[in-house]
Amino acid sequence: MLRYVGKRLLMMLLTLWVIVSLTFVLMVTIPGSPFNSERGTNEAVQSNLEAHYNLDEPYIVQYVLYLKSIATFDFGPSIKQPSQTVNDMLGRGFPISFELGIITIIVAVISGVTLGVFAALKHNQIIDYLAMGFAVLGISIPNFVLATLLIQQLAVNLEWFPVARWLSPTHMILPITALATGPMAIIARLTRSTMLEVLTQDYIKMARAKGLAPWKIICKHALKNALMPVVTIMGTLLAGILTGTFVIEKIFAVPGMGKYFVESINQRDYPVIMGTTVFYSAFLIIMLFLVDIAYGILDPRIKLHKKGGK
Amino acid sequence: METLLEVRDLHVTFSTYGGTVKAVRGVYFHLNKGETLAIVGESGCGKSVTSQAIMRLIPEPPGKITKGEVIFKGKDLASYTEKQMRAIRGVDISMIFQDPMTALNPTLTIGTQLMEGLREHQAVSGEEAKIKALEMMHLVGIPNPKERLKQYPHHFSGGMRQRIVIAMALICEPELLIADEPTTALDVTIQAQILELFGHIQATTGVSIILITHDLGVVAKIADRIAVMYAGKIIETGTKHDIFYDAQHPYTKGLLNSVPRLDLKEERLTPIDGTPPDLFSPPRGCPFTPRCPLAMEVCGKVYPVTTERSRSHHVDCWLQDERAQQLLARTANQ
Amino acid sequence: MKTKWVDQARQEPVQASEVPDAWFVWKKQDKAALEAVSRPSLSYWKDAWRRLVQNKLAMTGFVFLVLLTIFAIFAPILSPYEVNKQDLPNQYQPPSQEHWFGTDNGGRDVFTRTWYGARISLFVGLMAALIDFTIGIIYGGLSGYKGGRTDHIMMRIIEVLYGLPYLLVVILLLVVLGPSLGTIILALTVTGWVGMARIVRGQVLQIKNYEFVLASKSFGTKTSRIIRKNLLPNTMGPIIVQMTLTVPSAIFAEAFLSFLGLGIQAPFASWGVMANDSLGSILSGHWWTLFFPAFFISFTMFAFNVLGDGLQDALDPKLRK
Repeated sequence: MLRYVGKRLLMMLLTLWVIVSLTFVLMVTIPGSPFNSERGTNEAVQSNLEAHYNLDEPYIVQYVLYLKSIATFDFGPSIKQPSQTVNDMLGRGFPISFELGIITIIVAVISGVTLGVFAALKHNQIIDYLAMGFAVLGISIPNFVLATLLIQQLAVNLEWFPVARWLSPTHMILPITALATGPMAIIARLTRSTMLEVLTQDYIKMARAKGLAPWKIICKHALKNALMPVVTIMGTLLAGILTGTFVIEKIFAVPGMGKYFVESINQRDYPVIMGTTVFYSAFLIIMLFLVDIAYGILDPRIKLHKKGGK
Repeated sequence: METLLEVRDLHVTFSTYGGTVKAVRGVYFHLNKGETLAIVGESGCGKSVTSQAIMRLIPEPPGKITKGEVIFKGKDLASYTEKQMRAIRGVDISMIFQDPMTALNPTLTIGTQLMEGLREHQAVSGEEAKIKALEMMHLVGIPNPKERLKQYPHHFSGGMRQRIVIAMALICEPELLIADEPTTALDVTIQAQILELFGHIQATTGVSIILITHDLGVVAKIADRIAVMYAGKIIETGTKHDIFYDAQHPYTKGLLNSVPRLDLKEERLTPIDGTPPDLFSPPRGCPFTPRCPLAMEVCGKVYPVTTERSRSHHVDCWLQDERAQQLLARTANQ
Repeated sequence: MKTKWVDQARQEPVQASEVPDAWFVWKKQDKAALEAVSRPSLSYWKDAWRRLVQNKLAMTGFVFLVLLTIFAIFAPILSPYEVNKQDLPNQYQPPSQEHWFGTDNGGRDVFTRTWYGARISLFVGLMAALIDFTIGIIYGGLSGYKGGRTDHIMMRIIEVLYGLPYLLVVILLLVVLGPSLGTIILALTVTGWVGMARIVRGQVLQIKNYEFVLASKSFGTKTSRIIRKNLLPNTMGPIIVQMTLTVPSAIFAEAFLSFLGLGIQAPFASWGVMANDSLGSILSGHWWTLFFPAFFISFTMFAFNVLGDGLQDALDPKLRK
């Protein structure tokens, strides 16, 4: 198990290094980036940039210092708003984005698994078709379209929910619905297909042959095995939800990090884009690492595999 | 001898993409207390479906028992509700599946899986269940049972897993054990050990066994009686002696000729030509007709009468008819 | 002799005496009949096709995609309107006889623009899938074929790349490179091929281990026949499915990028750009400007997804009956 964690940790650090280096290379080599042509920036900004990126040093020194600043969680300045740094924006925006993301994940996992299990148990019956029809729709409709539809129908026409902002639980319902539908649909489909496969396994037949009650067979024998693949795609889902927050926060005017990020893209505020990307990537890569570890704990076979490998 | 189980006119169908498969088409057999009955046949002949139908484990849909009775200790299981069946499964009738690698849940410890059947059906404390589990592991010959209870299936070899599965099946002391190809997935040496274990278990517990297999070698070792199945029908039944030394049905003879035997001098093995019939639309008459070396016109037209050669030996074949015997004699003279 | 027997055709007991003596003669055996008894075995591709056709949902998706392609090719040519020609007096016309899908804020015909957008969205999706496929086959094939150390190192590289957040890398690249048709496809494929490479490698490894490959070889079967009969059916399935699913995810990604202002720029108008440009218009009541591109994005995603699912079921030899 320790070996497994160690190996995953090493891979994680490597991936982090790749993304940090990639941003650095893009910054210094691509023509038109603010590091090569200093047009349109005022002096305060310029001095901020120089101070942060050590622009008067050779590239290699710049690179090392850049790695160091990332390692100490310093994600750099902004060119459009000289008084702000990426860290300031993260401090204000990230907790809100985090809240949105966490609630979304919980909603998506609970509803997706429930839907998938029911669909599998009622295989080829009307519930299955309805659930899967719903899931395919959920996968097919882009979240910005869904968000717009929800606002137009439920907030503007019916006035059930506030149109935008992030103030009370009622404000959260629409953005979370818009953001959770896609992941929920993916989880539901995956749960259904693995559940169907698991249900044909001999150990399920064996459990039935033991005379166990159906709910026991499902909860004890089937569900845990069926959820394994869901755990493995959590990383991908997290990435999808994270990028989804960009869209949802902008549409619903939620003052999270995603909104700042989209604004920085529209304004081509390169240091903010770079800094935020590195931060987000680091966050995701660490999450991916944690998911891998969780998988290792859930599946007893992984421990053996590593033991055997010694 | 007391009859434990009697199956009468069992029919099972499966609806699939391509149509309805008539997997079992009117099967009759019985099993006495304490004996071992082997159901033998090629894959796809309906032997596994028959065994699962007894325990009502056929997935519905697509499967369905369309007709027939399964009389277990005087009660018709085919008419039982699912809830009633649950009280039978694991308690009175247990089942062992072909592949011990997949019959155990990889994410639960052996102990949990071993004890859950007991705890489901009997009001026992955790401690009592554990004692019983250790006892069962001892019975099936697993060393260090105490430690092994806490381990996961992947810590066990195939043979050991099959022993665990057998222990699991026997923990509630059932009267009938159905073993579906219990040795097929195992190495030859392990096969012999597991077969020996069956004998040992039967001697200690007196359990009756239905053994599903395609392997006549396995049958020769532990079966008391044998039922030969072909295309969803039992075409010949008899004691081990009846089948091995006095086989009547050409299919049974074919099966025997395609297995290496040490007790006969004849060394050539002859496979049976052709393939089993399509059970989407089973043929009229005897299903073996197209592959039968002694097929007559009648065989393709009408399913043969069941001939009772002795109290134990029954065969469904037109060759048993006097007119066929005359034909055989005439052909031999020419 | 007992008479417990049944005429299979009549399903009723028959007396032994009812069977005429004349039937007790040897049946003529012909070898052809012997083999014909078994169900006609279909070739792998025919069988897969049969299963696909039976899947109504997948066929709906397939037919939709075929129609979409035809329209994407011909509709802009036949339409009397130009894609980008502004006609401000005709701004925001609701759907009518002249403008089937209405007009947008610039008075441009939404019908024409929708099919034009289809060209671009499909092109992006197909190119992404094709490039992923090419790189994936080469990389994954090499990795699986070489095995050993090479495979080990190549897989470590894949693992590192796989950990990179796909869309963030795409955003980063597009911010730097500037959005255009070429850079979007480039950005989408820079890390997109990793998934395909993994699958190809897995398949190659599987092939290497197949006993039947060895078996066919030892029987002296021709290599081309081995590939056609054994290898392709057993390996192409997952690869085809992966390609089918890459297309919608690329279209989705392009729509997402449009939303961030990193979509394909004028004079082209992908569905994503059209939908994003009209997000506000739905509140002002001009629903059609959003509805049509959004509908086609969603339905195309739907079509590719159900087709991918159908192909998966149809091509998976495990599930064959």
